[in-house]
Amino acid sequence: MAVTYTFPLNLKSAHIDLSHGGGGRAMAQLIDELFIKHFDNDLLRQHNDQALFRVPAGRMVISTDGHVISPLFFPGGDIGSLAVHGTLNDVAMSGAKPLFLAAGFILEEGLPLADLEKIVISMAAAAKAAGTPIITGDTKVVERGKGDGVFITTTGIGSVPDGVTISGDRAKPGHAIILSGSIGDHGVAIMASRENLQFTTSILSDSAALHGLVAELVTALPSEIHCLRDPTRGGLATALNELARQSGVGMLIDEASIPVKAEVKAACEILGLDPLYVANEGKLVCICSADAAEQLLAIMRAHPLGQDAAIIGSVIDDPHGFVQMTTAFGGRRIVDWPVGEQLPRIC
Amino acid sequence: MKYISEFRQHDLAKHLAQAIAKTVDPNRHYRLMEFCGGHTHAIFRYGVQDLMPDNVEFIHGPGCPVCVLPTGRIDNAIQLVEQHDVILCTYADLMRVPATGRNNLLKAKAAGADIRMLYSTQDALKIARDNPQRQVVFFAIGFETTTPPTAVAIKQAQAEGLQNFSVFCNHVLTPAAMQAILDAPQPVAIDAFLGPSHVSTIIGSRPYEAFADRYRKPIVIAGFEPLDVMQSALMLICQLNQGRHEVENEYSRAVTRDGNQKAQALTSEVLALRDSFEWRGLGLIANSALKIRAEYAEFDAEQRFEMPAIQASDVKGCECPAILRGAKKPQDCKLLGTVCTPENPMGSCMVSSEGACAAYWSYGRLR
Ligand code: SF4
Repeated sequence: MAVTYTFPLNLKSAHIDLSHGGGGRAMAQLIDELFIKHFDNDLLRQHNDQALFRVPAGRMVISTDGHVISPLFFPGGDIGSLAVHGTLNDVAMSGAKPLFLAAGFILEEGLPLADLEKIVISMAAAAKAAGTPIITGDTKVVERGKGDGVFITTTGIGSVPDGVTISGDRAKPGHAIILSGSIGDHGVAIMASRENLQFTTSILSDSAALHGLVAELVTALPSEIHCLRDPTRGGLATALNELARQSGVGMLIDEASIPVKAEVKAACEILGLDPLYVANEGKLVCICSADAAEQLLAIMRAHPLGQDAAIIGSVIDDPHGFVQMTTAFGGRRIVDWPVGEQLPRIC
Repeated sequence: MKYISEFRQHDLAKHLAQAIAKTVDPNRHYRLMEFCGGHTHAIFRYGVQDLMPDNVEFIHGPGCPVCVLPTGRIDNAIQLVEQHDVILCTYADLMRVPATGRNNLLKAKAAGADIRMLYSTQDALKIARDNPQRQVVFFAIGFETTTPPTAVAIKQAQAEGLQNFSVFCNHVLTPAAMQAILDAPQPVAIDAFLGPSHVSTIIGSRPYEAFADRYRKPIVIAGFEPLDVMQSALMLICQLNQGRHEVENEYSRAVTRDGNQKAQALTSEVLALRDSFEWRGLGLIANSALKIRAEYAEFDAEQRFEMPAIQASDVKGCECPAILRGAKKPQDCKLLGTVCTPENPMGSCMVSSEGACAAYWSYGRLR
């Protein structure tokens, strides 16, 4: 039976207040008129504290990711779409087909309902486009000053096709390293939109769900793909170092082959950042058998999210586990783990 | 921004490498000190050494402001926040420089000290305006490039009558460091210098002429792009082969012989020479640093607060002092990579990305 409330949610000018997390009617109304309305699916509409579903035979994966980002809205996306894409990608990096999502919201007192609505609509659209409904969730409200507007944690589950075994510890010397597109777009878009770093660029975040691309890769050559990783926080350099450590190998990459947009390069120059360490939200690194590299590259390039894909190097034998790079300049250097946060240069 | 990528072009680098290979005399060794951390960083980050013949050696110089600041001055800054409850404004680079007792500004901040990381002196003025009831101290460091903004901030504070703003002045002078290296009791063997570029946009190339003359060392003012470094190395090699010792300017796109006289005048209006100042690695050097002039004494943190000179010792085993003199290389330090890493620096040379140890460890340790 549909519940009705005396007044509809005032989405134009009202703000989140503590009653929205209190478990009473205000919270129920928020859930009904905002979350359920937009996420809209049968499981949510049952109003249970959990969602019940059948699982397919075979192996499942689960992944969870907390999203905190300032500003909440940035060129090319917002925290809502990011929270969907981030978790879908973590699930997809196992080769899995994502099935369902769950979402937990921590809302700060004072958050404009209009902003929350925008975020929820964006999340709903991202989940719908990906074919992965948000089937359960939770909302909490914290006092003003104890949150950054909104934090969103999403959890995703998916099923891994038979014959696919993808894991960070499977890279072997001789394997090829493919990158699905240009690096640094997301991090630079975020930094450019932060108020205290005022310079304008036309760069958009690359935030996108990669499971469609992954599906095409694993369908074509299920046993040739050994590692997949999305180079998010810490950028490509961190992703490669993680894989090298997990697999106990070294890597040799070629700087000239790594796609970086001219605007991203320029912004990094100004900020004193190295694009190798800047975050991405819609790119993947694929480590595959050398023989399969060209075919996988062609599949990526035919996909809208992999048009700029490139083979950027190969896995090598190295007891130190170094990621090395032939610089575009012609020398060689190490690409190390990042230290702390990448801070803009000061002098 | 096309400009910058052009300066990193592989083809140009290859041509330069060939020219250098052709020019070097195979029967001699070339020891070139790159003065600045900016050069050191470029050499490691772009792998410039790989394009050089084996008998051309780069010796890393002291031109990294964070690296040469002695521990005692960091201790001073920590005392200032802890004992006088000031808001300390500093560049992010300084936060992790080791202080006495395994302390640093980052830890002091975590323990409750009000330390703000900022990007310009103007931010510090704003903090002072916004907090009239608090004392705000700007921790000023750097060579001649960063000095004019400090002078401007002091003048501005005076014009606005900002009574809660002062500067902890640690500005140091490049020529004095070069002199100290050349005059050291056991001088390091250096054949020639790649001279500072950014600094020289302010002071010009003239101050180096005396060194070229008196010590018979070629000096080339060298930009920080990797191609600048290679081009300058080639110019130095030519001078050495021909027995010349002159000041040449590779960075002529920004440096003139007399530099930026407006900036120089502004600086000397507000800042004056200190009799002597301690440098990490180089010790006490006469006339090597700047202090705030008596006319602006009220903006001098060292006069406003009690700040006793602190004699602090460096971590045992840390070779920063010898590295900053060019006497040792990062790989000579036993702590490198074992105890001392960028995550957990034991010496200042591992803190700044321009420090020789950080550059070697982050980019170069495959050699
Ligand atoms: S490696 Fe660390 S301890 Fe050794 S000289 Fe460099 S900074 Fe000092």
